[in-house]
Amino acid sequence: MSALPPVIACRNVWKIFGPDPKRFLASMDPGMSFDDIREAGYIAGVKDVSIEVNKGEMLVIMGLSGSGKSTLVRCFSRLHDITGGTIEVDGQDIMALVEKDLIELRRSKMGMVFQSFGLLPHRTVLENVAFPLEMRGQDKHTRRDRALEVIKLVGLEGREDYFPRELSGGQQQRVGIARSLAIEPDIWFLDEPFSALDPLIRREMQDEFLRLQQLLNKTIVFITHDFDEALRLADRIAIMKDGAVEQCDTPDQIVLHPATEYVRKFTEEIDKARVVHAGVLAKADARGEGDPVAATATVKDLAKLLVHDSRDIIPVQSEGAIIGGMNRQDALTVLLEAS
Amino acid sequence: MAVLSTNAAPAVVWSRHQIAAAIAIAAVVLTSLQYAGMLPSWLHRLPEAWIPPFAGWLDAFFNFVKDDLGLIVFTRFLTEQLQFLLDTTANLLFGKRRWPNIGPIPWSAIAATMAVVGYYLGGWRMALLAGGTFVWTALIGQWTIAMETMSVLIVAAPMAFVIGLLLGIAAWKSTMVDRIIRPVLSVLQTLPFFTYLLPAVIFFKVGPTAGAVATIIYAIPPMILMTTLGLQKVSPEVVEAGKMSGCTRWQMLRHVYIPAARTEILVGVNQVIMLCLAMVVLTAFIGMPGLGAKLLAMMGSFKLGRSFEIGVTIVLLAVTLDRMSKAWVVKMPEHFERGTPWWQRHKTLVLATAAFVGFTVLAYFVTWFSEIGRTQSWSKGKEMDVAIKAFLALDGVQYVTDQIRYVLNVWVLNPFRDFLLSIPTFAFVLFVVAFSLALAGRRPAILAGVFFGLVALSGWWDRSVITLYSVISAVTMALIIGLPIGILAARSDRWSRRVLLACDTAQTFPSFIYLIPAIMLFGITATSVVMSILIFAMVPLVRYTVEGLRGVPPEMTEAADMSGATKMQKLINVQLPLALPTMAVGFNQAIMFAFFMVIIAAFIGTQDLGQELQRTLAGTDMGKNFVLGICVSLMALTFDMTIMKWAADKKRMLGLP
Repeated sequence: MSALPPVIACRNVWKIFGPDPKRFLASMDPGMSFDDIREAGYIAGVKDVSIEVNKGEMLVIMGLSGSGKSTLVRCFSRLHDITGGTIEVDGQDIMALVEKDLIELRRSKMGMVFQSFGLLPHRTVLENVAFPLEMRGQDKHTRRDRALEVIKLVGLEGREDYFPRELSGGQQQRVGIARSLAIEPDIWFLDEPFSALDPLIRREMQDEFLRLQQLLNKTIVFITHDFDEALRLADRIAIMKDGAVEQCDTPDQIVLHPATEYVRKFTEEIDKARVVHAGVLAKADARGEGDPVAATATVKDLAKLLVHDSRDIIPVQSEGAIIGGMNRQDALTVLLEAS
Repeated sequence: MAVLSTNAAPAVVWSRHQIAAAIAIAAVVLTSLQYAGMLPSWLHRLPEAWIPPFAGWLDAFFNFVKDDLGLIVFTRFLTEQLQFLLDTTANLLFGKRRWPNIGPIPWSAIAATMAVVGYYLGGWRMALLAGGTFVWTALIGQWTIAMETMSVLIVAAPMAFVIGLLLGIAAWKSTMVDRIIRPVLSVLQTLPFFTYLLPAVIFFKVGPTAGAVATIIYAIPPMILMTTLGLQKVSPEVVEAGKMSGCTRWQMLRHVYIPAARTEILVGVNQVIMLCLAMVVLTAFIGMPGLGAKLLAMMGSFKLGRSFEIGVTIVLLAVTLDRMSKAWVVKMPEHFERGTPWWQRHKTLVLATAAFVGFTVLAYFVTWFSEIGRTQSWSKGKEMDVAIKAFLALDGVQYVTDQIRYVLNVWVLNPFRDFLLSIPTFAFVLFVVAFSLALAGRRPAILAGVFFGLVALSGWWDRSVITLYSVISAVTMALIIGLPIGILAARSDRWSRRVLLACDTAQTFPSFIYLIPAIMLFGITATSVVMSILIFAMVPLVRYTVEGLRGVPPEMTEAADMSGATKMQKLINVQLPLALPTMAVGFNQAIMFAFFMVIIAAFIGTQDLGQELQRTLAGTDMGKNFVLGICVSLMALTFDMTIMKWAADKKRMLGLP
C-alpha cells in the first residue's frame, strides 16, 4: 500500500508450546495440521504466520479464543520468544536483540494495553501512568508533567491520586491506555482492550479510541474477538484460526471475497452494506454519467440513491477525481444480501 | 486405583486393600504369637546390639562441622552482632544497662503509641485492644518480663521476615532451590522445637541470642511458603505490563512482583509474628527470661493465680499482634483529595509522635506513668491462687476431677498404653505400613515402613510408642468431643461464625497457654498431659469440621432436602461424605498439634521422647537430641503424608476444588 518499509514484518513465524519446541519444529513435517501437532504433545500457538504492519496503519487481529491472536501479538513485542521464523521491527530482527536492547526497544517504541488492564494495584493513577517513564529513569518532574498530560488526553483529570481499585472498569482501562501512551510509542499493541467492559462502555471507549488515533496516528495492532469491533476500527483485518492466519485484507474484501469457508461463516451474519464502500465496487474501466458518489460512502449510505436511481453505472469520486464507475446492480446485490 | 501384581505364575492381581489387609493380619499373628509366648525375643524388640550408634555418628559429624570446619567461629561472630541488636532493644524496652543507655521507654508512651497504630489499622476497637493490652500488662505488674519477651521478638520477627522473603524469592526463581528447600521445610515443620533449641544454644550461647536464633529458624518456613505462593500468583498481565514498561529484572522484582504479592507477603508476616511469639515463650526452656520463663516457674510451683495472669497477658499480646497484622493485610491505600495538608495526610505519624513525646514527658514528672512498682501493681495473683485452690478443693469439684482422672487412667489410658507397648516392634511397623497402604497407596506405605523402621533402629522405641500413645489417645478423645461440637455448630450460621471465630482466636495463642487449664484442673499429673493435648488438638478438629460441612455446595443439600431426607439422613449420606476430605485436613492438623504439644508437656513429667529431649537441653549431647527429634519428626511425617494424600485423592474423586 505505502512505499515506506513495513514497521513490523514477520515471516514464517512459529510459536510452539511444549517440552522441546525447537527440536520438534526442526523435525516435524511442515504439512502437519494443528490437531496433528497436538497429537504429538505440542500446541501450535502461532503456525507459520507471515504478515506485515505498515506505518500508521491499524491492523486488527481477529479470532476466537485460543486462535493464537494474543500469542502472535506477544511475539511482536517478544513477550514470547518465537520458535521459528523472523520478526523485524523497523528493520531490526528482534530475536537477535540482547536483553538490554530489548528493554530499550520497549522503553522507547512500544506501548501495550491489556484485556484485564494489568494495573499495579499499589500505585495511584498518576504513578501507574508514570511507571514506564520511571523505569527508564526520567526525573520526577518531567514524568509527572508527561503523565498529567496523557491522563488529560484520556479524560481522567482529577482522578490522578485514585488507586485502581477505586475506579470503574472503563476508567481503569483509560489508565491502561494512558500508561501505554506515556512514552509516546510508535507502535501500539492493544490486546482485547475493551472485552472486559460492558457493551455500552465498550462502544464509548471505541469512539474515544478512534478519536485518539486520529490525534496520534500510531501504528496499531489491535486484537479482538468481536467482528463488529474489528470492522469498525480496522484498516486491515487478519482472521486467525488454530494459530494460522486464514485471511488478511481490508474489511470490504473480507466481506466481499472471503478466502476460506471459516471466514465466510464469520461474515455471514454481517450487514455487508455497512462495510462495503463505493470505492471498492468502482471499476476503473467503467465511467458512467451524472452526479458522482463519494468513494468513502458505504452501500448503506447510498441505499436510497441505489433504489431510486435508474443509471446502470454510477461514477465514483475520490478526492475530487472520478476513479471509476460502480455497477448499480452490484451495489444492490450487496445491499439486499442476495448472492 | 493402584493394582499390584505378585510374581505368581498365573498373575494373581491383588487390590491395594487386600494387600493392606494381608499385612495387617500378619501383624496380628505376630502379636498373638507374642501373647502366647512363642515369639523369639529379637522379633519382639530389636536387640541392643543391632542398634547402630546414630547419636555417636551425629555427634562426630556435628563436632566436625563445629570445630574442624570452624562453623562455631562464624556463628560466634554472628552471636556478637545479634547480641548487640538484642542489647539495644533490651535497653530501650526494659532498661538493660547497655548502649544506647537511654531506656527504658515509659510504659505509657509505648501503650499510647500502640493505641494510635491500632487506630490507624483498625479503628477504635483496635486502638482499645492494642492500648488496653499494654496498659493491662503494666498494671498487672508484668511490664518488665513482657518487655524482655518483646525485646527478642522485635529482633527475631524482622530477621525471620527478611530471611524468609529472600529464600522465598530464591525458591520462586530457581526450581532447583525450590526442590532442595521443600523437603527441608516439611521436616522443619514437624521437628519438635526442643530440637531447635540445643543447636541454637551450642552455636549461639545460652540466653537471648540462642532464643532469638531458635525463634528465627522456627518462624522462617511459612514466610518462605507464602512468599513463593504470592509471587506465583501475580497476574500474568501485570507481569507483561511491567515488561512492556521496560523494567529490568531488578525493577520487575522491586516494583512489580513484590508489591503485587503484597497480600500473601503480609499474611506471611502475620504468621512470622505469631510463630515468633509462640517460640519466644517456649525458649524459657533454655533459660530465656521473659513471660515464658515466669509462666514456667509459676506453673512448676503450682501458683495458679499468677500463672493465670501471665497466661492472660500472653493471650492478649497474641491476639493484639494477630489482629493488628491481619488488619494490615486488608488495609488498602486510599487517596486523599487534592490540597490535603500534610499533617492530615500523615495523621497517624503526627498523632503517634505526639502521644509518644507527650507521655514520655509526663512520665518524667509523674513516675507512675514511667514505671509501676511491685507494690502498686494490681496483681491479684495470691488471692486468685487461694480462690482457685479453694474451688478445686470443694468436695463436688474434687470428686469430679478425681473420678475423671481415675477412669481415664485406670480404664482407658494405662491399658491402652500397655497394649501398644506389648505389640512387637516388627508387628507395629507392619500395622503402620498397612494403615498407610490402605489409605494412601504404595509410595506412602513404603516411606511409612522406612520411617518407622528408622525409629525402631534409633533405640528409643518404647519412648516413641509412649509418645504415639499420648498423641493417639488425646486426638481420639478430641474427636469424640470435637466432632459433635463441630457438627452442631455447622447447623446454624450464627454458631458457625462464633465457633470459627473462637477457633481462630484460640489458634493464635502460643501453645504453652494450653497447659494452664489442664494443670489447674488435674494438677501436675499424666492426665494433665493428655488434657492439654486434647484441648490444643480440638481447635483444628472443630474448625475444619465446621468449614467442611459449611463448604458442602448448597445445591447438594437442597437436592437431599427435596429427596425427602431427614436431617440425620442428610448429614450421614450427603454432608459428611462431602466434608470428609476437609475434615481429614483438620484431623491431620490435630495430630501435628498433638505431636507438638506432647513434647512441651514433657515438663509436667512424662516418660516419652519429650522427656529425654528436655533432658538433653541441659547438656551438650547434640547427637542424642537430634536422634530424638528426628524420631518425633518421622512419626509425624508418616501421618502427615498418609492423611494428606488420602484427603487429596478423595477430593479429586469427589470432584471438589
